[in-house]
Amino acid sequence: MSSRRDFMGMALGGFTALGGIGALYAMKKSWDPLPSVKAAGFTKIDLSSMVENKLAVEKWRGKPIFILKKTADMKKDDRDLIVGSDRYHLSIGLCTHLGCIPAYKPDDKKFLCACHGGEFDTAGNNLPGLPPPSPLEIPPFKLEGTTLVLGETGPEYQKMFDAGITV
Amino acid sequence: MAKFEKASSIGEWLDQRIAVETLKKVMQTEYWIPKDINFLWAMGMVLAATFGILIVSGIFLLMYYQPHVDHAFDSVNYLIMTEVGYGWLWRHIHGVGASLVFLIIYIHMFTGIYYGSYKRGRELIWISGMLLFVLFSAEAFSGYMLPWGQMSYWAGMVITNLFSGGSLEAYGLVEWIRGDYVPAQAFLTRFFMLHVFLMPLMIIGAIVFHFGTLRIPHVNNQEGEDFDYAEAAELYKAGKVKESKVIPFSPVFLSKDVFVMGVYFVLFFYLVFYNFSFAMDPVNFDPANGLSTPAHIYPEWYFLWSYEILRPFSKDIGLILFAISQVIFFTLPFLDRSPNVAPASRRGLFKYWFWILLVDCLILTFMGKLPPTDPTFASIGLVSAVIFFALWIALPIITKLEKKL
Repeated sequence: MSSRRDFMGMALGGFTALGGIGALYAMKKSWDPLPSVKAAGFTKIDLSSMVENKLAVEKWRGKPIFILKKTADMKKDDRDLIVGSDRYHLSIGLCTHLGCIPAYKPDDKKFLCACHGGEFDTAGNNLPGLPPPSPLEIPPFKLEGTTLVLGETGPEYQKMFDAGITV
Repeated sequence: MAKFEKASSIGEWLDQRIAVETLKKVMQTEYWIPKDINFLWAMGMVLAATFGILIVSGIFLLMYYQPHVDHAFDSVNYLIMTEVGYGWLWRHIHGVGASLVFLIIYIHMFTGIYYGSYKRGRELIWISGMLLFVLFSAEAFSGYMLPWGQMSYWAGMVITNLFSGGSLEAYGLVEWIRGDYVPAQAFLTRFFMLHVFLMPLMIIGAIVFHFGTLRIPHVNNQEGEDFDYAEAAELYKAGKVKESKVIPFSPVFLSKDVFVMGVYFVLFFYLVFYNFSFAMDPVNFDPANGLSTPAHIYPEWYFLWSYEILRPFSKDIGLILFAISQVIFFTLPFLDRSPNVAPASRRGLFKYWFWILLVDCLILTFMGKLPPTDPTFASIGLVSAVIFFALWIALPIITKLEKKL
């Protein structure tokens, strides 16, 4: 009787598919970053000890983070981080071209990437006519007084994000 | 139950139970290979032998390698290289073998393209072969991560970044592949698993499939001649070995293969003992450091042609073209509209198509190694990449125009 066979076949197929989907879900979750990796994804930085025109490189989620206290003569930019009366440049220190780490040239007041000659100004904007397609990215941050928490989203970051300044 | 009689030999005993005689006929003594072939037809067995050597050397490396971000570099560069007896030998065989396996794969591929060995019943041979190429690429990349040097780390960073899809900004997918925000412990252990287990397992399966696809259409010959195999086999079996157009795979064809392998392994072991450094990038002798990029990142030579297709374009277009270049060779049997199975030299425009493709891939390879800062070389790279795609667009047109032989 074929209808009975069909039923058995469909029941078997259905349960097998269900089990298969469950297994795929478990496999996907097994490859997710571990909770311990995610929990370690926050970095606190004290801004009060920063020196003007001297680049500080911190590490957040394994990536280099650039923090530069700006001098008064440097151009103001919407990408700047304002703490009291001071302005800071904050970015992920990876060139948006192919991910190399640019170096800061304090005399020229710009970032220079040695890999393919990309340059960025003190606000992290890419200079025209060079390989990088976009400005340096800004990591999610939250300000707590003069302490910067990387990995958390504060109102200042949210504003930049909504304005499309960073991704 | 089947009826069993007392066997008079071990061979007969086995034959009763698992039909070894039939198996031997189907796969060796009555698997007919055309006579009209040259040394390029030995590349398949050369590849199989190289893969075997990679497995053996890999087993010995695996016994001392430690897949941990703090120990991996030292376990390779100190433990295996200086303490383990002949550890250096396994490592140099493994490194040189990984490089040569791609050289032979490329020769094997271009032989197939030249003689038209991918059509008229041989499409699946080509497709399964391309599948093997992709699997070997994944195997090579995952293995390159394991010494955890600077090139391992940054190649891992750049290649996994490709999965963000440019403007799609799928960073979630990239982090999922890595199991972390950057290549770290989870990344190293999963690529270790892929390299020593899943990829080799899939490669072995694909090799069996590749051999299987070959059995019914038989290998091509130098003239692309389509003759009656049954008739030729009868002649051979009747003792008219000279008149027959075929020889059995084993032992006759295999003995020729073994000779080519002998020549190949002289080169292989010359490289292993005297010139292994081409397979050992000096930058990878610095331990992985996420806070310092090497000045110039480039892949191993066998990936340079596709790397050069990625590079001269803007990010999104480069990614799309790179993705196409990775799969375009799969479509060869369907883009070639000509019914002719013949060497390229006798196929009109296709002759030029073949040689331009070969030279273009070589130019892309050389340009991929050079830093992109030099404008002359960058434009040569761009032109070569454009030619690469123009060739594939032109293929159906020029093969459609081709005269039937």
